[in-house]
Amino acid sequence: MPAEPQQTHVASQWPVESPLLACRFDPAGRFIFASCEDNSIQRFDLATGKPLALKAHESWVNGFGFTPDGQTMVSGGCDGRLIWWPVAGDAPVPIRTVEAHQGWIRALAVSPDGKLVATGGNDKVLRLWNLADGTLVREFPGHESHIYSVLFHPTGQFLLTGELKGHVRQWDVATGAAVRTFDAKALWSYNGGQGVDFGGVRALAISADGQQFACGGLHNASNPLGAVHDPLVMLFEWESQKLVQSLIAEPLKGAVWRLIFLPDGTLLGASGGSTGGHLVFWNASQNKDIHRFQLPNIVRDLDLHPDGIQVATTHHDKHLRISRMASKPA
Amino acid sequence: MRCNYACQSSEHLLARRNFLGQLAAGAGALGGVSLLARPAASAELAKQQKRILVFNMHGGLSQLESWDPKPATNTGGPFRAIPSSVPGLHVSELLPNTAKLMHHLAVIRGVNTAEDDHGKGAYMMLTGRRQTPASDYPQLGAVMAKALTPETSTLPGHIVITPGGGGGRSNDAAYLGPKYASVVLGNGNPPQNTARPGDVTDAVDAARNQFRKMADDKFLSRRRTAKTDLYTYSYEQAQQLMLQRDVFDVSKESEKDAERYGKHDLGRHCLLARRLLEQGITFVQVSHSNYDTHNENFNFHLEQMAEFDQSFAAIVGDIADRGMLDSTLIVVLSEFGRTPNINLYYGRDHWSRAWSVVAGGAGIQRGAVYGKTNDNGTEVTDGQVNCGDLFHTYLRAVGLDSSGSFDIGGRPMLMADPATAPIRAILS
Repeated sequence: MPAEPQQTHVASQWPVESPLLACRFDPAGRFIFASCEDNSIQRFDLATGKPLALKAHESWVNGFGFTPDGQTMVSGGCDGRLIWWPVAGDAPVPIRTVEAHQGWIRALAVSPDGKLVATGGNDKVLRLWNLADGTLVREFPGHESHIYSVLFHPTGQFLLTGELKGHVRQWDVATGAAVRTFDAKALWSYNGGQGVDFGGVRALAISADGQQFACGGLHNASNPLGAVHDPLVMLFEWESQKLVQSLIAEPLKGAVWRLIFLPDGTLLGASGGSTGGHLVFWNASQNKDIHRFQLPNIVRDLDLHPDGIQVATTHHDKHLRISRMASKPA
Repeated sequence: MRCNYACQSSEHLLARRNFLGQLAAGAGALGGVSLLARPAASAELAKQQKRILVFNMHGGLSQLESWDPKPATNTGGPFRAIPSSVPGLHVSELLPNTAKLMHHLAVIRGVNTAEDDHGKGAYMMLTGRRQTPASDYPQLGAVMAKALTPETSTLPGHIVITPGGGGGRSNDAAYLGPKYASVVLGNGNPPQNTARPGDVTDAVDAARNQFRKMADDKFLSRRRTAKTDLYTYSYEQAQQLMLQRDVFDVSKESEKDAERYGKHDLGRHCLLARRLLEQGITFVQVSHSNYDTHNENFNFHLEQMAEFDQSFAAIVGDIADRGMLDSTLIVVLSEFGRTPNINLYYGRDHWSRAWSVVAGGAGIQRGAVYGKTNDNGTEVTDGQVNCGDLFHTYLRAVGLDSSGSFDIGGRPMLMADPATAPIRAILS
């Protein structure tokens, strides 16, 4: 069943005791894992909405990945650690812990074949790990600022990393070589008065056919310390690196925290800022959004269920919400 | 009539007498001579002059991301705490270099100033008093300059280094008068208008100054007042600044030190601060901007504290290594702290009810921890202090009687708020 963005509505909302951060569905679509400001990971059973706390990280968790069989989850946190967990069970405990980065792991991605997990963070190094045993496969030094986002190309041949200063680097997975750089500097700003770099490539997405590549974040940062900025997505043609569209969502304020291409090519973004939390839909033919859906609270991350219809979002108001891009049941 | 407007307090007279006595023993004038370049005996004498280095963390430094971390709590945020060189004392992991030097410093964790406005908070922390429409008080730098700067000094006693633009003289000395107002070094640049125009030769400059002095002397022989003396002082200081412009030229410091302090503005400003303190300037304030992180507090503290940690640790280490710690008071303050609550933009807002100040050197106990907040940092639970207590403590730490007063036109003006008191537990 194709998604119907115009019919999007909140189907469920589940409370926890702490504001929520990142989230991902497991490959079987049975659970959704979400991180909290109290350092816990909450595993929500999608059938019941019941949360179960997984506690081992000493800081906030920014990313999740899964083995292809759906049996194991790996989480990456601001403590620089990768921790492997069983997905199911009544009391999951860590299987393996790897001290992976100096400082935060900001982003994590699993390769299309499910053999590798890539991590990037504040030590400016992209690292590639064997998902089965946690051994380090390769390091990719070269970034000049914090790595904010990581993504595999659908072929598995390339890795993409987005950094604070608006460079998106393409890496050859097999050799570690830097291939080319996408210019997304519109997503970065330096405010001399406040003395801060701001923005960064917060989100990366590539279409299933590999022809379109999108990176998201914010621009027009007239007051970074005061949260005055607008969401922005830059849509590129993959082969030529030509900028196809700069996608905006006026008059929303805030940033794009996650991007996902829906199967029909529609681009779905999570936007959160002073105008609230929104699911925003764009296509390549126009720079303004084709639809937006306002959520009850600011949104910090989203993920798409394997069914292509359900969207999970994390919120500051201590709720995980499941929205459905389909008509409400009669 | 004899002018009698200088400070006649016992503290000032004592400090000046000690200092001048030591000068008479053969130290020579301080101005323009590097401490490191002095003979050992002279360096020892110069160490007796107290100096003050203040870091003003503009905008409101988060106590939770610096001196009072609360990891693994609902307010703690993503950063962990790390052990310091003082057993049992942990600081934020954003301060790895500073953590190694905490045995030189003291942490005051029970600060409650009950003022969440930027301007009023800054006023309180720099004057030790709550701002009222009816009165104005001198800032710490002016007080220290007045009380401690030798009359023989040819350099200003009150320097403020700001991150951006600006320059000139500020109006922060209140009733102490413009002589003690700060000279602002905008972005660490030398004082404004201290470079002589290129087309004015030495001979022309000397001739015009001679003529000006002759006219001044003639006028002053009949009409000398406090204001004319201040005019004369200002002119003479301007001349001294022009002659000693190199004092403010941080490029004279080594490339190795520039690298060690950091190739960013704060690194350059801290290296300049070290240079100024070594030249005998009494009070140097360095501002670091900006900590007003209502949005993305953690990303911005990551960025700002990385700079601060490198530069602050470098200058604290140098002050200690060069034998200046006993004579130099170091203070890290802000106008308030930040809310334990993390807002919906990953930000922290203004919070003055439970935050931290760090002090060290001079008469501050090394490695002390004073005051305590509750588990999630929302309230002070022990050792609560306010801005006046801190102000008294700074004065005591450099050997001044903080209950003393300045004689301003025959009227005694108390140096610090009499309703508050020094934190004796951290004074050695």
